Amino acid sequence: METAEQIRDRLLARFPGAEITVVTNPGLSAQHSLLLGSPHARAIAQFLRDDPTLRLDQCSNVTGVDWPEKEIIDTVKVTVPDPAGGPPKVIEQKNKRLTPAYLEVVYHLYSIALRHGPVVIRTRTGNRSDQVDVPSLTPVWRSCEFQEREVFDLFGVSFSGHPDLRRILMWDGFKDYPMRKDYVDPDDYEWEPTPHDEVLARAKVHYPATPAAPEPKA
Amino acid sequence: MLASGSAAAPFSSASVRPVHDEFHGDLLEVSMGPHHPSTHGVFRMMVTLDGETIVRLKPVFGYLHRNHEKLGENTTYLGSMPYTDRLDYLCSMTNNWAYALAVEKLAGLVPPERAEYIRIILAELTRLINHSGLIGFLMQDTGCSGTPLMYAFREREKVLDLFEALSGSRMMCNYQRFGGCRVDLTPAWVDSARRLVDAFPRFLDEFEALLTGNEIFMARTQGVGRLSPELAVNAGLTGPVLRATGVGHDLRKVDAYGLYPRFDFRVPIGAHGDTYDRYMIRVLEMRESVQILQQALRDLPAGPIMDPKAKLRGLRPKAGEAYGRIEGAKGEIGFFLISDGSPNPYRYRIRPPSFINLTVLEDLCLGHTVADAVIILGSIDIVLGEVDR
Repeated sequence: METAEQIRDRLLARFPGAEITVVTNPGLSAQHSLLLGSPHARAIAQFLRDDPTLRLDQCSNVTGVDWPEKEIIDTVKVTVPDPAGGPPKVIEQKNKRLTPAYLEVVYHLYSIALRHGPVVIRTRTGNRSDQVDVPSLTPVWRSCEFQEREVFDLFGVSFSGHPDLRRILMWDGFKDYPMRKDYVDPDDYEWEPTPHDEVLARAKVHYPATPAAPEPKA
Repeated sequence: MLASGSAAAPFSSASVRPVHDEFHGDLLEVSMGPHHPSTHGVFRMMVTLDGETIVRLKPVFGYLHRNHEKLGENTTYLGSMPYTDRLDYLCSMTNNWAYALAVEKLAGLVPPERAEYIRIILAELTRLINHSGLIGFLMQDTGCSGTPLMYAFREREKVLDLFEALSGSRMMCNYQRFGGCRVDLTPAWVDSARRLVDAFPRFLDEFEALLTGNEIFMARTQGVGRLSPELAVNAGLTGPVLRATGVGHDLRKVDAYGLYPRFDFRVPIGAHGDTYDRYMIRVLEMRESVQILQQALRDLPAGPIMDPKAKLRGLRPKAGEAYGRIEGAKGEIGFFLISDGSPNPYRYRIRPPSFINLTVLEDLCLGHTVADAVIILGSIDIVLGEVDR
């Protein structure tokens, strides 16, 4: 099978102007992946599925990964002129920078017809709060239907073009996204606002407080 | 396989007329489950019926959701191994193997030959008990109350005794380790396994005499829940459900993981993709598993069962990611792991075969009756511990 670089070159020739980068996997498995820009992602996915030399007809696994912003300290050597007039000094300067935060969706594609794979493709959201849209690949591979719903449910990635984007594992009224790294689970899952409290409050208004029972005499 | 050029994925969600319709008559909405015994656990189907015909079916699940993946990210690599038993609690040995395989890919461990043989023996025994149990439950769903299930469980009991003798637990085996297995097989264990395997075809013959030619069973299952190979491939189906449609895709042959290339076995495939084919595929697969088991028990080599490089505790794989998958009894079970060099995985994802096989439940059930939906669900073979994670 072609390497990730070869696939990227072929895709760039076919889709000029698309953003495609190879994300190298430093691990021993060496399963490198292709990071696709959102505007062309679905067209590229369709091409990967229908291309006769690749024919990635099965999207086996879809998953989300949460990458919150992380502080990275770069140590740089800087030459500083000595104010006293001596030779310039070389000092180490520590620059803090934040890596961008985003949510990532990873697809593992295999070809059943040609028995090869995996080709790993990724799409990324703009950030983790208000730009969480990525194109849905469900119109290309039906297997993404439930799995993208799961990523939406647990990570909060919104898939545009998904035919039925609802929560799948958590219940419908649930607010947060449990698989995010900064998720804090509530202290009490059982608590919910029941009408009981309102009934009690109303009861206080309607009925005067009952006089306290007299202290039992010793 | 999808012909090239076809634009969209096959998506058959029919447009349904409004539930309240004075002119055509109202549709009936039935919520089947989550406590219905035929749903194999806590699983719910929202079924819309036009007369008796299903016109829409939406599966609802998540009742057993405990965010297994988050638990996996908060424990060490080894600490997740017992949790994988609880995914598909009928097939803990194959879950263990899939997870061990993914970590081995990540950490570069190679299990020795004897460990690979042990894994194959245990995985095939798991396939036997899963398939026979499934057929028992499927019969239960068709209304054949009790007898086939008890036959299947009688055999399952013997295999579980073997698992207990080996790992200390009948269902939650927690047996595989990264780079090998936890304890070695004894000669006595191998002898009793051999006796079991040699007697198993007799049970299968008995089972098949009872079911395969049964007229009522054939009438209930043939032509019911037909699935096309194009949709099956596109919807990510794997395992017996995919092979019943006629696609010869078995990871034991395709990925050739473990030592499967050394074994002589065939991959049975179906012709119609209906419920009867899904039943038949499982019977045939059990016969092939018996073949594999006989070869493995015959050729079991002596030697160590752990990779000497393997570290049980404090495993810190190099930063990177790996996706490892095996052919479980229900389909492709895979684990996707991202390591950042710490003792816990940064991302721990399970690819659950029963969850993804449920994608086509609606397509299979449309046009059939509720009684057929029960059988179709039974033939897909789900375990809710794995669907909900």
